[in-house]
Amino acid sequence: MKTFGGPALFLDRSDINTDEIIPAKYLTEITKEDLKPYLLEDLKLPGFDPKSDKTFGAGAVVTRANFGCGSSREHAPWVFEVNGINVVIAQSFARIFRQNMFNCGMAAIELSPEKIDQLFSYAGAADVAIEVDVANTTLTIKGGGREESMQFEISPFDKALVLAGGWVDYADSKY
Amino acid sequence: MGMTTAQKIFAAHLVDEPFAGTKVLGIDVVMCHEITTPIAIADLMARGKDRVFDTTKIKAVIDHVTPSKDSKTATQAKMLRDWARRHDIKDFFDIGANGVCHALFPEKGFIRPGNTVIMGDSHTCTHGAFGAFAAGVGTTDLEVGILKGVCAFREPKTIRINLNGTLPKGVYAKDAILRVIGELTVNGATDRVIEFGGPIVDGMTMESRMTLCNMAIEAGGTSGICAPDRVTVEYLWPFISDSFASKEAAVAEYSKWVSDADAEYDKVIDLDLSNLTPLCTFGYKPDQVKSIDEMAGQPVDQVYLGSCTNGRLEDLRVAAQILKGKKIAPNVRAILSPATPQIYKDAVAEGLIQIFMDAGFCVTNPTCGACLGMSNGVLAEGEVCASTTNRNFMGRMGKGGMVHLLSPATAAASAIEGKLADPRKYL
Repeated sequence: MKTFGGPALFLDRSDINTDEIIPAKYLTEITKEDLKPYLLEDLKLPGFDPKSDKTFGAGAVVTRANFGCGSSREHAPWVFEVNGINVVIAQSFARIFRQNMFNCGMAAIELSPEKIDQLFSYAGAADVAIEVDVANTTLTIKGGGREESMQFEISPFDKALVLAGGWVDYADSKY
Repeated sequence: MGMTTAQKIFAAHLVDEPFAGTKVLGIDVVMCHEITTPIAIADLMARGKDRVFDTTKIKAVIDHVTPSKDSKTATQAKMLRDWARRHDIKDFFDIGANGVCHALFPEKGFIRPGNTVIMGDSHTCTHGAFGAFAAGVGTTDLEVGILKGVCAFREPKTIRINLNGTLPKGVYAKDAILRVIGELTVNGATDRVIEFGGPIVDGMTMESRMTLCNMAIEAGGTSGICAPDRVTVEYLWPFISDSFASKEAAVAEYSKWVSDADAEYDKVIDLDLSNLTPLCTFGYKPDQVKSIDEMAGQPVDQVYLGSCTNGRLEDLRVAAQILKGKKIAPNVRAILSPATPQIYKDAVAEGLIQIFMDAGFCVTNPTCGACLGMSNGVLAEGEVCASTTNRNFMGRMGKGGMVHLLSPATAAASAIEGKLADPRKYL
């Protein structure tokens, strides 16, 4: 099965919206690959540089509440996908963004505020990486000489979508 | 235990429940526009499945950037146009007949009480105003909708919002929904349907109900919903008169979708709006709302009147009433985009367009353009827009620009004064 995760990118704010993930002016692109340079272009956070290697080298995003609010644009999960980010871990998600992630066969994982705080305690360390095992619903974070694992919950349907590689394949075989 | 409107619609459309809590629904109306549909079309073609589940249940429009502004948007429009022709989709609206999807499709009578509706557009929740379950979805859900006519949902709970009292002079549906979002916050209705009721909603036009439901997503809601009633039937009558012996019969039939008196809600919120003032957002989230009393005098560079929230005829009438015989301030530019060609024509016939142009407005064709910073009124860095649209995210109408969300009346007053202004003194 596909592996999920990689170098962690910490985005320490709630309500990060889809316009910040991928501005509307790039919605005129008609291939997912063309979105690649514009990852998180309009997101303004202290210490965050959208153009840095850290951003473009990430494999997992850790963030706070209501991530992906706003527009229904699937360009938001796509801009992560084409940049090698296939898991977003948050305290909560906006519904459409969460569904779009699973529909693309990627993982949107919700954790309690305490567990999210625990993940953020790694944010200052160099080379923090997160590995997610969707089949066994566990994730492991490593960095700064520390390492720990935690359990998460995802719905059986969302898990089935990830295992099927997305909703089109799942629906096509079933309906 | 009784059922809510959303529960009744889910029960009537259930195709499959592959896992507890996941419901796959049959979809009555699949709506498509040129921004989110072309990638679905391309993927279906790549899979060798360039088919549609039902040519009559798919509605398509070029609306976000129209007429096309460059080669890329022309390509998107062409992809949608070619696909609609290839599949003989009768209800396809191109230049000359096109308008903002959530204003155009209701005007054509496409949405009926009890329907399930999806579109690759977050403001699809607008159509819940007709007593439908209408949800914005991504391109993959849209693609499956086009191919199979189904969509999967976690069954949402329902938040009931009772709008009590009467709206004071100068206060409209836009102010009411900003008040509700301020109450719920930007994720207070995530995985929830927002059902609007109470005496104020009962007395609202369909246009006002659409304004309410349009912004359900700004509180995270899956769909807005208003109970279908006599007002709904009057609006739909040109399209349904062949199906019913009388309007009373239609009201009786549609009443089966109204929430039962003993329905179970996630939460019931009663808001008395009798003392509500015109409202306006102040930050970069739609729940950051203040009274115009506090916001009046703040600087504005551009005033925008239009969109799926407030580009309908009653919105234009209210703004024109304030603007009649007046000029916009020299420090602002003002843009009106009637949301559909019919609204545009009606506004010409009523003399409203003359009023806007005499006041100094630029009147554009129907399009979503400026609302999401794509065309026809994009802001420069550091500029501020007083706008009747639905999102005030940083850079939404142009990189580095700021948006204040407000009603058409407040927009008109702000255009006259060249800064945020209270509309009540002009009424």
